[in-house]
Amino acid sequence: MSKEYKTLMTEIRLPYELAYGPVWTRFFEGMAEKKIFGTKCTKCGRILVPARSFCPRCFIDTDEWVEVAQTGTLTAWSYVNYRYYGMPTEPPFISALLRLDGTDVDFLHLIGGFDVSDFEKTRKMVKNGMRLKAVWSDDRKAHIMDLKYFKPA
Amino acid sequence: MGRPVGIIGVGQTKHGRRMDVAYPELVREAVLRVFEDSGLEPSDIDGVVSGTMPSMMEGVALTHFYFADAMQAVGKPILKTETCGSTGVSIAHTAYYWVASGMADVVLAVGHEKMNEGDAQATMTTVAEPFYQRYFIAGAPGVFSMQSQMWADRYGIPEAKIRDAAAHISVEHHNAAFENPYAHVKIRVTADDVKNSRVITYPVRLLDVCPTSDGACAMIFVSQNKAKKLGRKTAWVKGVGYRGEEYFFGDSDKGLWQGAVLAAKQAYDQAGIKNPRKDLDVAEVYNPFTFQEMLFYECFGFCEPGGAPDMVLKGTFDKKGQLPCDPSGGVLCTNPIGATGLIRVAEAVLQVTGKAGEHQIPKAKTAFSHAMGGVDQFNGVMIVGSEL
Repeated sequence: MSKEYKTLMTEIRLPYELAYGPVWTRFFEGMAEKKIFGTKCTKCGRILVPARSFCPRCFIDTDEWVEVAQTGTLTAWSYVNYRYYGMPTEPPFISALLRLDGTDVDFLHLIGGFDVSDFEKTRKMVKNGMRLKAVWSDDRKAHIMDLKYFKPA
Repeated sequence: MGRPVGIIGVGQTKHGRRMDVAYPELVREAVLRVFEDSGLEPSDIDGVVSGTMPSMMEGVALTHFYFADAMQAVGKPILKTETCGSTGVSIAHTAYYWVASGMADVVLAVGHEKMNEGDAQATMTTVAEPFYQRYFIAGAPGVFSMQSQMWADRYGIPEAKIRDAAAHISVEHHNAAFENPYAHVKIRVTADDVKNSRVITYPVRLLDVCPTSDGACAMIFVSQNKAKKLGRKTAWVKGVGYRGEEYFFGDSDKGLWQGAVLAAKQAYDQAGIKNPRKDLDVAEVYNPFTFQEMLFYECFGFCEPGGAPDMVLKGTFDKKGQLPCDPSGGVLCTNPIGATGLIRVAEAVLQVTGKAGEHQIPKAKTAFSHAMGGVDQFNGVMIVGSEL
């Protein structure tokens, strides 16, 4: 494999327009108003967040809307310290699963609100079970990043 | 279980950074080897099944058409099976179902990936949910590190012990890769090297992570009658299992991962495995990340939940341990993703047919192979044995 052979540099760029549908449109309109909405399954009783149009387990429509708490407890996290092409969030950052109070599934977002540039310092601060609170962006666009991150409460 | 199904040939490429060949040539390298190994010819094949990770990994969609010539599929039925990281095991399942159903007697299964030609993590992130989750998933390392952290924090085991056990796995697998002629990464590492390597996605550090590999694997599945006629050394499919969970990451527990538990249980029930650690002679566990491998040992019943770090440190899963895991060096040293799951099955076949060379586990009769796929979503298992 000592000889170097030619390579072709090429690129594929494709635009997409993804439909939110009625349930997720309402969820994101809630985000613009600093609200987090879930839906409750009337069969298994679980409150699902983000809101869903149907319960993935019971396969019935979930049309009972619930505004859920903006505080929760950390379930799992990772300190992300590498990058790839087109990465939507600038590393380093902390990805986290958290259980918002009163809900029955984990919600995926970021932990922030403090200096995360030093991994060792971060590791001492972030613990599963810690309490977290939502922090909103001032410039909201009915988008998941309307929530800036969850900060230690 | 349908008709009995045997596996009579394995072909692998030299895995690694393979910019020395075009993608179809890489696939053909594995296909030529499986014909050489099995003594069969393209005209003997009734059908072809192949698969990759998301096709955009290499910027060419519908790769089974791209490789129709390299797989000698022209004039035959062709299928593609694509289940993300578990693609390889799903290809094996598809070939198995095809022969077990009685609709074919000889099926060629081919898995392939050329990850160095694109941006693997950017491609894999497109698997994640686009409205809510893609911003935070951080590619495969992000997802599987969150899962690993969830598991590592669960049983009150000191973090330092879990860290030591993960380092032990890294050292073992990197050493094992030297005994596998097809393995990609061949470096000697110490536990301190692993523990001091750069944080990629905590708790995972650089030497806890698999490489970006190019490679292909081909296998031939046959009916019992065909195997009898050929009279060659055959591995027999003893059990298959595939199970998963909801799409949203966060909807189900990943610390004791039920998809993995139930996929293994389905295969164990078919194969008559009661005590996996005793009944299995060797296992090829899909282990792109060291921490995750311990979680899998627990899900597969190789040890109790929370028991993996102690048993790893005792050497239970080392090459000379009670249940050797990944004597090929595993995914940690070789990961051309669309081929990786099929390589796990291939290595299991090599073990039970006594053809694993330097990494042969003596007298291996029953072998376990596994792969997982998606944003922590699905698991597949295939168990093979030396006797029908």
